[in-house]
Amino acid sequence: MSGHDHGEDGLSRRKVLECMTWAGTGVLWTITGGVPRSLGIIDSAQAATAAAPGMTFLQISDSHVGFDKLANPNALGTLEEAVNKINAMPVKPSFMIHTGDITHLSKAAEFDNADRIISQSKLDVHYVPGEHDFLDEDVKFYRERYGRGTKGAGWYSFDAGGVHFIGLVNVVDLKAGGLGNLGAEQLAWLEDDLRGKSKSTPIVLFAHIPLWTVYPEWGWGTEDGARALDHVKGFGSVTVLNGHIHQVMQKVEGNVTFHTARSTAFPQPAPGAAPSPGPMKVEDAKLRAMLGVASINFKQSEQRLAIIDTPLQG
Amino acid sequence: MKTLNRRDFGVALAAAMLLPATTAHADDMEVHIDNFVFQPAELRIKVGTTVTWTNRDDIPHTVVSAGKFRSKTLDTDDKFSFTFTNAGDYKYFCSLHPHMTGMIKVE
Repeated sequence: MSGHDHGEDGLSRRKVLECMTWAGTGVLWTITGGVPRSLGIIDSAQAATAAAPGMTFLQISDSHVGFDKLANPNALGTLEEAVNKINAMPVKPSFMIHTGDITHLSKAAEFDNADRIISQSKLDVHYVPGEHDFLDEDVKFYRERYGRGTKGAGWYSFDAGGVHFIGLVNVVDLKAGGLGNLGAEQLAWLEDDLRGKSKSTPIVLFAHIPLWTVYPEWGWGTEDGARALDHVKGFGSVTVLNGHIHQVMQKVEGNVTFHTARSTAFPQPAPGAAPSPGPMKVEDAKLRAMLGVASINFKQSEQRLAIIDTPLQG
Repeated sequence: MKTLNRRDFGVALAAAMLLPATTAHADDMEVHIDNFVFQPAELRIKVGTTVTWTNRDDIPHTVVSAGKFRSKTLDTDDKFSFTFTNAGDYKYFCSLHPHMTGMIKVE
């Protein structure tokens, strides 16, 4: 693991052990709920960030505009709070990625409302769709708005700050009994997209449903996600950013860091902690500690991108 | 579909009266979606029976049997009905949450 990310200076023994555990097993999960910094190591990463800004981009996810049930009767309002939070950040991020479920029911008005609020950030936003964004009869609203220049169901790549970003779609053609799905066409495109890239190029893969298997009992994983990860195996730094599960979860496996972001709309239970993954009703006072955004910092000298999860409150 | 249903309704009703039925009408079967689960997960019905699915979750679901039937997106409390006019096994699932599966066995 790279030293800077984990802050060689003033690193506590516990943190060292934490890192060692990760390096040793590569499968330890860290689950946090309502904690401003998702992981101990992030604190030192943030300290390093203050010293040398590098490139910072934001991840926002699962805004579910249109959702009005008990778990959060005003999902548009909390999205606006998230955008206000972004606008108040001391360093303006370079751009934003949205990892899907922009809307709850793919209604035109929901897309319009989402756009009206998100555009207040005045940032370029790179979207990938969630399953909630493809619910309209003709499956056209998402594509009309965000599909331009993309392939297939909406996948694409771009370069920023020396990092190669790849937006994948794993919410279409889902098979009975299965998980998220990328499909042969998209995997072939991915392989082609990475061909000839220097292995030292940092890669960011982002998609709605986790590309790693978080909890198959709730469909939290991607059937052919491992095949996508095979294509990035040789790269020195790979970061996988997902949404869908409405909570922060992270694991590190070799050179790959997996991370899921909070929703801006409503929290979902930890795997297996409830009868279903449905919206979780928490005390009103606690809701905003369980919603939020992630900011990701990249510096050329470092292998790992530093991820800071910021809740709306707390 | 409507007229078909009506004709089948008569047949199903006649069949139901001859059977020691535990349900009131053979053409009035229900499946509920609760907590991302189809309940009951498996249903045995007679040809001509209409099954109605009701989504009782806070999250939308669909009811899809490849090549057989496909509901629109069902928001909370939305319903979808399908009349089974042919015998056979109908596996179905939610196309948004594919780990949700169910089966209708039509005899």
